[in-house]
Amino acid sequence: MRELIYLTVVLPLVGFLINGIFGTKIKNEKLIGAIGSGVIGISFLIALGAFFETLGLPVDQRQKIVTLFSWLTVGNLNVSFAYQVDQLSLVMALIVTGVGFLIHVYSIGYMHGDKSFWRFFAYLNLFIFAMMNLILADNFVLLFLGWEGVGLCSYLLIGFWYDRKFEKSTTSDAAKKAFVVNRIGDFGFLLGMFLIYMTFGSLNFNEVFSRAVSFDVSTATFGFIAIFLFIGATGKSAQIPLFVWLPDAMAGPTPVSALIHAATMVTAGVYMVARTSIIFASAPDILMVVAIIGALTAFFAATIGIVQNDIKKVLAYSTVSQLGYMFLAMGMGAFSAGIFHVMTHAFFKALLFLGAGSVIHAMHHEQDIQRYGGLKKYMPRTYLTFLIAALAISGFPPLSGFFSKDEILWQAYANGGLFFWILGAGTAMMTAFYMFRLYILTFEGTPRFGHDKHPHESPAVMTLPLIVLAVLAVIGGLIGIPEIFSGEHGNQFHNFLAPLFKDADRKLASFNAHSHFEEILLMVLSVVFAVAAIMFARYVYLKKISIANNTAQKFKGLYNLLWNKYFVDEAYDTAVVNPILQTSRSFLWKIADNKIIDGVVNGSANIIDVISINIRKLQTGVAQFYALVMVLGIVAAFFWIILSL
Amino acid sequence: MEQNSLLTYLILIPLIGSILILFIKKEQVNFIKYFAVGLSTFAFLLSLVIYFQFDSANSDFQFINKIEWIKGLNIHYHVGVDGMSLLLVLLTTFLTPLTLISSWSSIKNKVKEFTFFFLMLEVGMLGVFISLDLFLFYIFWEAMLIPMYFIIGIWGGKERVYAAIKFFIYTMFGSLLMLVAIVWLAVYAIGPLGYFTTNLIELYSVAPQIPMNIQIWMFLAFAFSFAIKVPLFPLHTWLPDAHVQAPTAGSVILAGVLLKMGTYGLLRFNLPLFPEASIIAAPYISVLAVIGIIYGALVAMVQTDVKKLVAYSSVSHLGFVVLGIFAMTQESIQGAVIQMINHGLSTGALFLLVGVIYERTHTREIADYGGIAKLVPVFSFALMFASLSSVGLPGLNGFVGEFLILLGSFQSPILNSWWFTVFAASGVIFAAVYLLWMYQRVVFGEVKNPKLDGLKDMNAREIFVLAPIFIFIVWIGIYPTTFLKVSDKSTAKVVKQIYHPVKVSPVELGLNQSSKQEVKR
Repeated sequence: MRELIYLTVVLPLVGFLINGIFGTKIKNEKLIGAIGSGVIGISFLIALGAFFETLGLPVDQRQKIVTLFSWLTVGNLNVSFAYQVDQLSLVMALIVTGVGFLIHVYSIGYMHGDKSFWRFFAYLNLFIFAMMNLILADNFVLLFLGWEGVGLCSYLLIGFWYDRKFEKSTTSDAAKKAFVVNRIGDFGFLLGMFLIYMTFGSLNFNEVFSRAVSFDVSTATFGFIAIFLFIGATGKSAQIPLFVWLPDAMAGPTPVSALIHAATMVTAGVYMVARTSIIFASAPDILMVVAIIGALTAFFAATIGIVQNDIKKVLAYSTVSQLGYMFLAMGMGAFSAGIFHVMTHAFFKALLFLGAGSVIHAMHHEQDIQRYGGLKKYMPRTYLTFLIAALAISGFPPLSGFFSKDEILWQAYANGGLFFWILGAGTAMMTAFYMFRLYILTFEGTPRFGHDKHPHESPAVMTLPLIVLAVLAVIGGLIGIPEIFSGEHGNQFHNFLAPLFKDADRKLASFNAHSHFEEILLMVLSVVFAVAAIMFARYVYLKKISIANNTAQKFKGLYNLLWNKYFVDEAYDTAVVNPILQTSRSFLWKIADNKIIDGVVNGSANIIDVISINIRKLQTGVAQFYALVMVLGIVAAFFWIILSL
Repeated sequence: MEQNSLLTYLILIPLIGSILILFIKKEQVNFIKYFAVGLSTFAFLLSLVIYFQFDSANSDFQFINKIEWIKGLNIHYHVGVDGMSLLLVLLTTFLTPLTLISSWSSIKNKVKEFTFFFLMLEVGMLGVFISLDLFLFYIFWEAMLIPMYFIIGIWGGKERVYAAIKFFIYTMFGSLLMLVAIVWLAVYAIGPLGYFTTNLIELYSVAPQIPMNIQIWMFLAFAFSFAIKVPLFPLHTWLPDAHVQAPTAGSVILAGVLLKMGTYGLLRFNLPLFPEASIIAAPYISVLAVIGIIYGALVAMVQTDVKKLVAYSSVSHLGFVVLGIFAMTQESIQGAVIQMINHGLSTGALFLLVGVIYERTHTREIADYGGIAKLVPVFSFALMFASLSSVGLPGLNGFVGEFLILLGSFQSPILNSWWFTVFAASGVIFAAVYLLWMYQRVVFGEVKNPKLDGLKDMNAREIFVLAPIFIFIVWIGIYPTTFLKVSDKSTAKVVKQIYHPVKVSPVELGLNQSSKQEVKR
């Protein structure tokens, strides 16, 4: 199956072309949905086949490159449309096609009746195509093709309802913002590629990574490469300072938020750092920057999530926060732990978004959780699966989130120290709190919506994906049970990925010695924190809502700060966007271009004009005048000759 | 030397065609149109024949046709192509029939004259790209101004006369300096060669010997003329006026082909003729190129007129090409060549699309649009596609050129600094801003302008014009090898000429042209 891996790229493209070109003619929603989901389903099966085939191979034969054709060949540069099957790309491929397939199926129900149903499926397929390029690429340039491609699909899907309003502006504003902010990150990624090419003379992964080990390259160079690449990652994976686009991306249809802005695309930055682990491991300072940015993003996004009232916005900030977690893991050099969290997060966060979609669907596009309440009796399946997801993300054992989050927290403590652990554990506590605030305000308590709403359970095509994801969110963590419970080499997920990170691991300082007692203690502590936060949320939002209101009143300044997301958008507008626009309009265009440069151009023309007009006056047409000038000229020439003798 | 007259036939097709048109009655509008489209398509097919016979493994000029012209001055009618010029010849013959079809209904008066000038324009453009004699080159370079002057001045918009005169004088001014330099070069050749010559191939081995202080002046004289045509910041102000006022077909050819003459000139003449001066000038010109990239993008961003926006975007895009040329690496120059083609395709497509919508609404103000996605879905898709190509989305053509240029300039030993690339790459961000913002305001949102009601989508003819361009946009994006391969050896030769200029004694040159002796500096 491994040599067929290119089909997981080609099939989604075929789906895109069929629905994109003939979508308006097909008209039948079921057929469009079947084509769109079908190609992803087949891709998933191929990836699964390749996965099992790989499992059966010895470790040193697990990488295979399938080259389709050459892309760019100039000078030393030689990159191809070539797809690399290895442990990391397979894990990612399974997540993307697996979760992607479920979300495609769900969308058949969610998008039912939309006038551009075909366009939605075409875009989704195009997204999977780009995403598969990103994760299967065997070189940086093809990765970048996927990287920008998913950005484009994100743009198209955020602005899918292009004529709708979104908050203070429009969906197309949100779409443009996402694309532009991503491009700022891409700018960094490009520079990273250029420096890699200059340093290693290649852009193919195998060549670059082996040369990164064997070449004598300064730490400073590695540092520049790593920081450039990381700028790219902060754009795509919504980290400080480029996270601002992701909350706005919620303007898109909810399945899009689940697929692109939670489960897959936004983890591309994490994947890229893991893929280039050897480069980051060679630049320990930058790795520390990654850890700090990750931890801070995780923390601050969680604080914002606590006060938001839009169901999707809470989840969006939660995603930003969880992505921060993944970068924290990367920064600690715990690459496989980060990827593990990518996987479990894909399960429970996709589930949360799809559950939210189910609620939004039932509540006729109402998204304010203050106007929900008591929905559990109306939509039991959505309720139960959502609860499971909320428990999973809160790190409740033995659900998937518990294992992945706990591994990151432990690594943060063991490799980074108490500071990182406190940020991480604090984030985990806030996560449990706001997630249960969300859950309780939505499903528990008394209904707070008007009589015009008639909530109902969503159709099976939507709830079945929820159930599958819920199962995964429950059991998904079991393949990554920490060694403290499973014995040496008992963490299967870690073992599977380990060979990919061995060069990076070798470069990084080994673990500080810590006792098992500490590990267990911290684990217990984090569970206790999570349970306490859940109980607290239950108490506040179910029994004494006044606490929440009073606290908001008491700390009005802080509340406003959080409610307005630390005014980051406003600050960017004032400090960057408006000055550039103003300068471009009032100075560069109206003054520099029109007045100064064109002034010189037209001015020189005018000067010549003026001179000519005056010289023309000499041409009087009076013969006597010409004769006079001639005589004067002869006399002048005569004197000149006399004098120069 | 073996003669090959295919290039001569290629240039004769539009030349004879345009003369024949003068004998057709002007009432026979349709016949004139079909005749011109047929002829220019025939020229395209002939250029394809040349493409298929072209040996891309050979870096020398091919299809050479050399006929004595002005005997006393040793001036020849001397034409030939290498990989770089062949690509531009193909671009010219490809775009000409398409633009003629695109103006099928938009040019209503004086069709005969319009078609005449258009074919003359093709003659001039082809001549510029295939001339191997500086005097001949100069003739074509100047001759091509005249039809363009009339196309803008007669069929243009409200300010057409101002724009046409500005275009003419601006470019003419630059060319005069070049003429002086050409004469000086030809006289200089008497020293080493013993005779006056304007033969480019001979001058390639003579000119690099010019003493440095004079070489700089020669370089500047040529570069000034080409920089205006490109246009390089700050010599660009003729461009927005000319583009906005020109009829659609004029804008397409102006952006698609005419601007490339400037960058082609830099690559064909400045770098190989004056390599040492080029190396000295490279950082300065690259600074101007990078300023142009950012400046053009920022000014494009705040335009209210769609056509002007696209015009300023050209300043930005051509900045990339100039940066690629003066970074002087194989990667960057290959990128520059492919980017010339790319810009011709994507900006050509954008101008065609602006023309399509202008023909229906008679406005180019962005504010007059909004929400047309619902009314004209095919048009909206096409505009998105062309914009993405221009933005440099990987998988489409623009990325290939920009990526190679930036990759090459980053490691250029001549520029020897990251900063050129860092600033230039920021243009990638701004390009996304101005194009997507324009797209959003034109296509997305709700329809607010009542005049847009009943807007008709693109018709079959308009789709037919854009489809081939789009095919090449994808082709270059996915499989650029087809095109990179053609110019690979020629650009490698230019790189070699810069770093290891060929310096030849007259005896050797007289005995055997192929035994060129390489002298390392």
